[in-house]
Amino acid sequence: MNKRVNTFLVALLVATIAVLPAMIGSFGTALMNDIGVSTLVVLGLVMLTGTGGATSFGQAAFVGIAAYATGWLTTTQDLSPWLGLLFALFLTGAAALAIGMLTLHLGGHYLPLSTIAWGLSIPLLFGNIAALGSNTGLANIPPLQIGPWSLMEAKTIYYLIWPVVGLAFLFSYNLMNSRAGRAIRSLRGGATLLGSVGADAYRVRLWLFVTAAQLAAIAGWLYAHMNRFVSPSAFNLRASIEYLLMAIAGGVGHLAGALFGSGVVLLLKNKVQDALQILSSNGARLEIIVFGIVFILLLHFARGGAMGLIARWSARRKTPSAPALADDGTPPLPRRPLPTRGSEILRVEHALKRFGGLVAVNDVSFTVNAGEIVGLIGPNGAGKSTLFNLVTGAAPVSGGTIAFCGRDITHLPQRRIARLGMARTFQHVNLRPNMSVLDSVALGAHARGSAGMLRGGLSLDRREEHQIMAEAWRQLARVGLAERAGERAGSLPLGWQRILEIARALAADPILLVLDEPAAGLRKQEKAALAELLRGLRSEGITILIVEHDMDFVMKLVDRLVVMNFGSMLLQDSPAVVRADPRVQSAYLGSVL
Amino acid sequence: MSAMLEITDLHVAYGRVEAVRGVSLSLQPGQIVSVIGPNGAGKTTLMAAAMGLLPSTGSLRFEGEDLRRLDVEARVERGMCLVPEGRELFGTMSVQDNLLLGAYTRHRRGAPKQALSSVFERFPRLAERRRQRASTLSGGERQMLALGRALMAMPRLLLLDEPSLGLAPLIVRDILHIVRDLRAEGVSILLVEQNARAALEISDHGYVLETGEVVVAGPSATLANDPRVQAIYLGGDPETD
Amino acid sequence: MDWDLALILLVDGLANGSVYLLAGIGLVLIFSVTRVLFVPFGDIAAFAALTLAAFEAGRLPATVGMVATLAALATLAETWRLLRIGEHRRLGRALVGWGLLPLLPCAVAWGVVESQAPGWLQILATLLLVLPIIPLVARLTLQPIADASVLVLLMVSLVLHFLLSGLGLLFFGAEGSRTKPLTSLNWEVVAGFTVGGQTLLMVAAALLLSALFYLAFEYTVIGKALRATAVNRVGARLVGIRPAQTALLAYCGASLLAGLIGVLVAPTTTMYYDSGFIIGLRAFIAAIIGALTSYPLTAVGALAVGIFESFASFWSGALKDAIVFGLLIPVLILRSYMALHVDDEIEELDE
Repeated sequence: MNKRVNTFLVALLVATIAVLPAMIGSFGTALMNDIGVSTLVVLGLVMLTGTGGATSFGQAAFVGIAAYATGWLTTTQDLSPWLGLLFALFLTGAAALAIGMLTLHLGGHYLPLSTIAWGLSIPLLFGNIAALGSNTGLANIPPLQIGPWSLMEAKTIYYLIWPVVGLAFLFSYNLMNSRAGRAIRSLRGGATLLGSVGADAYRVRLWLFVTAAQLAAIAGWLYAHMNRFVSPSAFNLRASIEYLLMAIAGGVGHLAGALFGSGVVLLLKNKVQDALQILSSNGARLEIIVFGIVFILLLHFARGGAMGLIARWSARRKTPSAPALADDGTPPLPRRPLPTRGSEILRVEHALKRFGGLVAVNDVSFTVNAGEIVGLIGPNGAGKSTLFNLVTGAAPVSGGTIAFCGRDITHLPQRRIARLGMARTFQHVNLRPNMSVLDSVALGAHARGSAGMLRGGLSLDRREEHQIMAEAWRQLARVGLAERAGERAGSLPLGWQRILEIARALAADPILLVLDEPAAGLRKQEKAALAELLRGLRSEGITILIVEHDMDFVMKLVDRLVVMNFGSMLLQDSPAVVRADPRVQSAYLGSVL
Repeated sequence: MSAMLEITDLHVAYGRVEAVRGVSLSLQPGQIVSVIGPNGAGKTTLMAAAMGLLPSTGSLRFEGEDLRRLDVEARVERGMCLVPEGRELFGTMSVQDNLLLGAYTRHRRGAPKQALSSVFERFPRLAERRRQRASTLSGGERQMLALGRALMAMPRLLLLDEPSLGLAPLIVRDILHIVRDLRAEGVSILLVEQNARAALEISDHGYVLETGEVVVAGPSATLANDPRVQAIYLGGDPETD
Repeated sequence: MDWDLALILLVDGLANGSVYLLAGIGLVLIFSVTRVLFVPFGDIAAFAALTLAAFEAGRLPATVGMVATLAALATLAETWRLLRIGEHRRLGRALVGWGLLPLLPCAVAWGVVESQAPGWLQILATLLLVLPIIPLVARLTLQPIADASVLVLLMVSLVLHFLLSGLGLLFFGAEGSRTKPLTSLNWEVVAGFTVGGQTLLMVAAALLLSALFYLAFEYTVIGKALRATAVNRVGARLVGIRPAQTALLAYCGASLLAGLIGVLVAPTTTMYYDSGFIIGLRAFIAAIIGALTSYPLTAVGALAVGIFESFASFWSGALKDAIVFGLLIPVLILRSYMALHVDDEIEELDE
């Protein structure tokens, strides 16, 4: 969207929110307060579920922990609500950290299932602890107090809630557009994608989980002092599912969806309650039917939510452009020294990989020297991709050793190998389709920065961020993609997507570039452009190991070839010798019966 | 007489990436037609689309009948059968159960017992291992089981996707001999192969696919000696070779 | 704790475990064939209990209205789908299958009430009446998005629980009921230690049904087709097995199991419209112990959960549920580590 229009819309929204209580009366203001508190929870959920891909069916439990923490501290211990805030943040953070460390390693659908487990158990605990008032809860929680002002009225606490919501949005927006945010936005690409840029997917997810819980904690604290009463039923599984409904209704892929979703759902709920009360004596409790039907319809027909529709509509109208970066004298990111041309940088010795009884890579040894392009070829099923995974650390080795720049990397995790200067691309292009081209490349420089989520969210990472973006621009210009920097990565044709992956790899300032079938599926001209680019990189001193099936492409490009067949090495030699070898011919073309 | 399989201007796309671009192909009853080409050429995609596993645009006709309104299962009922690249066996079930399920569409129409004994005759190894789980079989045996399961349905058209993939040369030879025998028994076969020489050796007609398009087509005997085919596989310029 | 008490708790746990076993089979059946974690399973069991209670009271159960409504909606949905794809010829079959067939048990129910039929007929009518519920609900809410990710299906299924409990309140009202005991026999194992006939009935039902399911899966074509769909969906399609059909079968089987659970549980405790959720959740833990695919492991898990629950309630009645659900987390961790660790792509929600 146009930046000026955006700024205007945000200003308009802020102004409206500022004057709203004067116009809508105390009932409307109370409703707005509820919306604000929910927005905080849903904002965390949008980042966690929509962006980070970890669905939580238990977010209300975190709201509950915070609400009970401050409720207990202020009623039974008679301490200040402001201490209650610290206590709530601490307790919720600790709980999220513990739960996250226990469950975030879970694969597949086990993770969302585990959220149901604690989403159910935690409210049940509240209801059964006598010190927390069991099922009746805690009453008479004191209102908030700022200096001489008491925030007891809906109209007064409104002016605390909504600035907090505003700050939360600012924090989240900054976070999403920082180094950590790019890693978060890439979480759905899988642990291998993050590992390939030197990031640890588990840690990124863990801190995202804690961040989302902290937003829920602030909401819980506000909730407790706004209603001045807490009971377990406000934090049970149903409440969690309602937050999820808000996130999905608003659009789980966009921060603004949080505001939109909580607003729409709570307003609707309010109207439905009124309408049902007239229809039936059970009215208030029947709203669940309406709510269920709406949710299921959403999941059937509009999983992208309202913001998804808006985004689709606005994307149709224009191609976004990325703002160019002004040179403000910040020095560029430091580069690592490249090894002298001809020195050995990769040594694979007797590499072995077994999958159960099957030997996929059998005793393969080869070396790669600085400044050359080496091709690893072989027919389908020869074990090339497996060997590729062994070299880059994406899969553990069953036997043999691998050394990179004189260092044994046989048992190092993928991200450590990446940080040593080995960058890779993917056979099945692994880009986040909704990330901009520029951001996709900036992700590659992850290991060259250090700013975490807090620094990113508070915008204290400006200098480093400037350096990373400058680097991203530099690499885009290097591969010829600078003009498309603002477009969605997913909107590029396949050929450009592969080149974008190479730019991402280059942003890591690699010594060795490992490419997995970069020419697969490309048209002739695209292949020619790719080959041209790779030759250029070689002349700049970058070493390239290329796994490729397309012989035509690879023969014209490489200095040396390693040929594999049935998991073993057939031979290694120059392209001309390899092509003339009858063994290679029969491996590729097959033999006559 | 209409063709067994008639594909006209077929397009298949994964999102924005088009994997098959305007392929036309025709297969007469009793023929083996091979589709060869390097990795990523779109061969497997073509097969999946022909079977209805992937949505496609263009025309697909089986014995003159428009296939577009038929789902995969209905195509199986009509007499088409795909042996996919990934074999797609029922790993935790026994070899015999796998085979019996192959005749699922024919259960209402008579006993699959006879078909079972004829498959066991063709593949004695499967008879030996009838009680074993499919997942415990070796690569070659799995391919036999996949083929056997398809034959249980008594197909008139067999779509074979890379039957030689990952198999040792001797087993490849066995399997391709069986393919040739099947033609003699009246089954038409669309064969996707990477092993170009062997595929052209046993087929009547061949199509060479490159980046989703047919680049060369013709009688297999002609293609086998065409320098362009070698160039596509091994690289280099056909004119100067 | 002395041995007598432990024995009593153990027997109690086995009786509970038998119920979870039946529910666990239902959950695994649905998940393995359709990839849906059917959270509202217990709600259907509760509906069955309330249906039987209505029969006993000589009233026409509200289930009739529920089934009729669902059948009408399903028929509408199916008609709309067929018209949209232009398959007018199949309209008649759809009308009979989705509209009329589910109404048959309603007619039976009416007959049972009018003729004041004996108890066993009431039970039979209950089972028949509950049978169409899961297939109809699934036709409306799950079948249209059968190809969505497990995550989206799980969300729908969770929401479905809330929707169904709302419908339960609407149709059955808030008051609970308890049915007559199925048997008043007691079995004195040793002097001073008796096992109730009801307990024996539960264990026997679990054993019998497990055996029946085993035989069906091992020796019938339909059973094998169900297993094949669970093992490999693409493979199943390639031999001509329609996933929608096997899914329908699985839903019917699960509905039958839910009905049985309702009938078995109804005499032991007062059932409300929302009492089933807890049963479903505990069975859920059992099913996860079985990795949602293995019936034998689910059975072991069900008995373990039943016994665990029985002892947990002895130690702390108040925290029993929190403890039992908390059990899910270690089970999940164990499961996740045992599963082959593939770096599966995270499922997409939007798009």
